Amino acid sequence: MSAYIDKIKEISNRLLKESKVDMVIGFRKGTVPMMNEPCFAKTPQDVDNFVWDSNCGINLANYLTNREEKIGIIAKGCDSRNIVTHIIENKIKRDRLVIIGVPCKAMIDRHKIETMFETEIQDVIEADDKIIVKGDGFEKTLNKSDVLQENCAICIHRNPVKHDEVVGDPVEEQKDVDRYEDVRKIEAMPPEEKWRYFDDLISACIRCYACRNACPLCYCHTCFVDESRPQWVGKSQDPIDTRTFHFLRAYHCSGRCTDCGACERACPMGIKVRRFTKKLEKDCLDLFGWEAGMTLEERPPLDTYRSDDPDEFIK
Amino acid sequence: MEYMGIEPGRLHFSWISSAESTKFVDVVNKVTAAVKALGPNNNYLKTMAKVA
Ligand code: SF4
Ligand code: SF4
Repeated sequence: MSAYIDKIKEISNRLLKESKVDMVIGFRKGTVPMMNEPCFAKTPQDVDNFVWDSNCGINLANYLTNREEKIGIIAKGCDSRNIVTHIIENKIKRDRLVIIGVPCKAMIDRHKIETMFETEIQDVIEADDKIIVKGDGFEKTLNKSDVLQENCAICIHRNPVKHDEVVGDPVEEQKDVDRYEDVRKIEAMPPEEKWRYFDDLISACIRCYACRNACPLCYCHTCFVDESRPQWVGKSQDPIDTRTFHFLRAYHCSGRCTDCGACERACPMGIKVRRFTKKLEKDCLDLFGWEAGMTLEERPPLDTYRSDDPDEFIK
Repeated sequence: MEYMGIEPGRLHFSWISSAESTKFVDVVNKVTAAVKALGPNNNYLKTMAKVA
C-alpha cells in the first residue's frame, strides 16, 4: 500500500508541477476510521495528504461531472469504468483528464466490520492481508478477505480499463466468480415473497438519498425525487413511496451501473441497495452482452437500437 | 418489475399503430381480463396515515 501512496504522490506532484493538470482528485484520511474522504489537491502540500488503503471505496468519478479544469484523477477499476461512462455521456471531456490508475486490491466493508463490535471502533490499521480493529478495551485482528465489500468480493475488473498513468503492476483478476447468486435467489421466489423481500430490505430506509448522492451516475440537475412540479413520487416514508424511489433510482442506472458499491457504502442504515441495481446489471449482460464502462467505442444498449434487440415482452 | 414482486400478468407492453384499431381493442380486452383475473393490487396502497 505504501508503494502505491508514494507513486500516487510522485505522479500527482509531477502533473501539477508540469501544469498538466489544475488539480488531482484523490483520497485523504477521514475523521473517523474506515472513511477516507475525497481530496482535491492543487498544491504539493495538498498532495502530502493523499493516502491509499482499503477504505477508498468512494467513487471519485462522482466529482468530475461538468468540470472544466484539467483534472488528474485516481481511479480504481470500477471508478475508471464510471469515468468512461461519464465521457460517453458527455459529462466530462477525455482530453481534460489524466487518469491515474490504481490496480485495486479490494475495499473493506465498513458496515460489516462495525456490526462485529458492540462499542465504537477507534482505529483500524492495515497490515498486508490483516485488518486490526481497535477500540476502548479491545483489539482484534481480522482477515481482510473475510470483510471485503460485497461488490469487491465478486469484482472481475480490478484493473483500470483506461488510464494515462498507473501506480503499480496489474493485479490478477478474479476468475470463475459467481456474480449473481443473490439475484438468482430472488428471481426464483414467488411474487409475494419477492414483494416481502424488498419490503424488508428497505424497511430501515430514511430517504436520506446518500445512496443517490454517492453515485456518479446520479448527476441530474434536479433528481426526480426532489421535483415537486410535477411530483413523480411521494416524499413520505410510506413503504410504497420508498420502494418507488428505490426501483426508479435503479432503473435510471441500468446499463450504466458498474457495481462500484459506492451507494451501498454510503448508506447510513446499511441497506443493500445493490440488490436493485444488480438485477439490471445482470439483465444487461444476459440480454445485450453489455458491461458498463468497458469501452469508449460502443454506445450503451439503452441508447442504441438493434434489430435483434430482445422484444418478447411486447405483445 | 416482476423481480421486485409485481405479479406476472399485471404489467403489459404492446406496440400498436394508430391504424391498428382492431389490435387495440383486442389488446385492451386481453389486458383487462388478465388484470381482473389477478384481482386488486393491494400492494400499491399507501398504508401510512395521511397528514394534512
Ligand atoms: S448505482 Fe451504486 S454500484 Fe451502481 S454505479 Fe451507482 S453507486 Fe456504483
Ligand atoms: S442511503 Fe440508505 S437510508 Fe439513505 S435513501 Fe439510500 S437506502 Fe435509504
